[in-house]
Amino acid sequence: MVAPIGKALGAAVAAPVSWLASAVNPPLKAWQRATGTDGMAAFFLAPNMAIFAVFVLTPFVINFFYSATSGNAFFLGDRTFVGTEQYERLFDCASYLDPSTCREDLFWKAVQNTGLFVVLQVALMTVVSIVTALILNREIAARSFWRAVFFFPVLLSPVVVGLIWRWILQRQGLLNYMLYSVGLEPHDWLIERGSAFTAAVTVSVWAHMGFYTLILLAGLQAIPRDLYEAAEMDGTRPARVFWRITLPLLMPSLLVVVILTLIRAVQIFDEVYVLTGGGPGTSTLYLTQYIYEVGFASLLRNPGLAAAASILMGAVLVVLTLIQLQLGRRGEKKGARE
Amino acid sequence: MRKTGTVLAAMAASLLATSALAGEVRVMWYSDGVEGEVIQDLLNRFMKDNPDIKVTLDNVAYKVIQEQLPIQLESGQGPDIARVTNLKELAQHWLDLRPHLADAKYWEDNFGAQADWMRPDGSDAITGFMTQLTLTGGFANKTLFEQAGVALPGDKATWDDWVKASAEVMKSQQTAAAFGIDRSGHRISGPNVSYGANYIGADGKPAKVDDGTKAFATRLVDWTAQGLMLKETWVSAAGSTYRAAADDFINAQIPFYYSGSWQVANLSTKIGDSFDWVATGSPCGTAGCSGLKGGAALVAIKYTKNPTDVAKVMEYLASEAVVKEFSERTLFLPAHKAVVEKGGLSWVTKDKNVGPALDAFVKSSGETLPASDALPAWKWASAYYGALVTRISQVMAGEMSLDDAWAKIDQDIADKVAQAK
Repeated sequence: MVAPIGKALGAAVAAPVSWLASAVNPPLKAWQRATGTDGMAAFFLAPNMAIFAVFVLTPFVINFFYSATSGNAFFLGDRTFVGTEQYERLFDCASYLDPSTCREDLFWKAVQNTGLFVVLQVALMTVVSIVTALILNREIAARSFWRAVFFFPVLLSPVVVGLIWRWILQRQGLLNYMLYSVGLEPHDWLIERGSAFTAAVTVSVWAHMGFYTLILLAGLQAIPRDLYEAAEMDGTRPARVFWRITLPLLMPSLLVVVILTLIRAVQIFDEVYVLTGGGPGTSTLYLTQYIYEVGFASLLRNPGLAAAASILMGAVLVVLTLIQLQLGRRGEKKGARE
Repeated sequence: MRKTGTVLAAMAASLLATSALAGEVRVMWYSDGVEGEVIQDLLNRFMKDNPDIKVTLDNVAYKVIQEQLPIQLESGQGPDIARVTNLKELAQHWLDLRPHLADAKYWEDNFGAQADWMRPDGSDAITGFMTQLTLTGGFANKTLFEQAGVALPGDKATWDDWVKASAEVMKSQQTAAAFGIDRSGHRISGPNVSYGANYIGADGKPAKVDDGTKAFATRLVDWTAQGLMLKETWVSAAGSTYRAAADDFINAQIPFYYSGSWQVANLSTKIGDSFDWVATGSPCGTAGCSGLKGGAALVAIKYTKNPTDVAKVMEYLASEAVVKEFSERTLFLPAHKAVVEKGGLSWVTKDKNVGPALDAFVKSSGETLPASDALPAWKWASAYYGALVTRISQVMAGEMSLDDAWAKIDQDIADKVAQAK
């Protein structure tokens, strides 16, 4: 009974598809004859490029013009052209290492915080992801379950992540309750500068490590088993196996992880914004939040200045992306040679 | 081809007709207490009597009003009506209702005292009306004071008196802090004025931070460092982000809370009979015992496609009977002159704390100083508030000295003024 229904359904679906294919075939063939293979590629890429142009390129260009204007007006025509004034204001510093000497001290504070966050978060994320991937790659009990557990936070909205950890870390939160229950002193985790910064890094690692662990797990599984068997027969110690076999062969995946983590760390915003609001003071104020605050949220709103800051941040991201592409190409060439 | 063109033209026409459909009015609304439910009820009645007008109430968070509405307005978008607190700075986006009102004089007579708060300088436009008048002021947890055996400071008690008494309660009752103030430049402006501050320079532009502001802000920073003021309210955010300390008062974590009259309904609803509380008015400084008047207004947006329908909705909501009912049910102080003069408001509540609290606010409204009264209609008030809260919270977090903060506040405000040129 099932087979005839399946066949009937298949025929019902196939008929319009077949009709559509025969209908579009002649014009496509004509287009290919006229423009060649490159023309066909351009034809199929056009919709994607159009979306990119409307939603990425155009806002980028508009943003660039915004950064050369001043005022609160929304439409460019209503704004005052100020040239490079916003950039000059951002770079007006006695010492770039001391944000308090800068006219836009909050921008440089955000740059400093972001730099420190990137260094700590990328290092921690990489180490934790490698360790987790190594463990999950072993024959442990309920391996699939543990893989799902570590990947689960990736599925959560950053706002949910921020709220969950806020409930845990706030003054009357779960962590302090637990400390109090066992007779320990509660701590203001989100009010003290050091612990708030640590919390921001840790929560960010917790939220995203599942994704990077997955990449490294795929890299680990691509390493030929016979290399490990040969090492085992030679009686090689596990640490030496890791340094001499696992790590070198994992390097392409590791580079991807490092660069992707780096890019995402520079863009950090949502979960930290919900968790700490940039506080205490400006201890966890990162670049994206600075841009958001100055552009939209602050009572001292200045869209032009926010646009200039976002252009500078965009430039950093472009450099990082180019490095990623370059490393990717190098990996491909190396793979092809081998 | 012609057929396709005809279909497309018909579709475009129907889309245009939809976007300009008469009889639809969208209201962007935020709530501090129960006013969202009350206004919906009132609007349902309006729609029953005016079936040709459909009013949609969009209940949003206050943050949306503060952060997203200004962006919508700058782009020529937005709702038809909005409930806002940033009345003056955005006044160029409000609709002048005069041409659409049946009786403009009614509005001048009853809402004239606050009309300047919500229209551009020099204009005689009628753009909306105050849904409530507010006044900043304090609340004390009477039960905690009684349990600690500490007497509530009297009428002319200073800030120092209140903090000292609250500190005793904190010590006795093991509360998280002695007192809390909402993280808002607006909230500390009444106290600043009480210490002699005046934000407005002789030319109407922002004056540099003066000794009055320095006097209270320095106290605030010291009290925070001593653990007397609830640190997390101010320190737990960057920039000018608003944070209320209401939940800490409701949870009996602080015996004294400085906020404003709009919290009365919120406190009544959430505290219930857990403890007794009283409104205290504003503690005194060296220059007086001033709070800061203000409130939320319902304004018409000039980008509306249905100004006539908008005016009908506004006329209904501003009518004497509706204002009276709205105030009674929301426990808000009315701005309608006739309603105030006639008196006889019967607050809809069984909470014995509410009536005396509202009376206390009415009483302390007579104590505001001229430097405070000028702020609601002053264009640069928001910029001043923003700079104050941003920098003072940095001082509290140990990131800068007070002297650096004064310089940065002056710079931030000067930048904002220059940006508007």
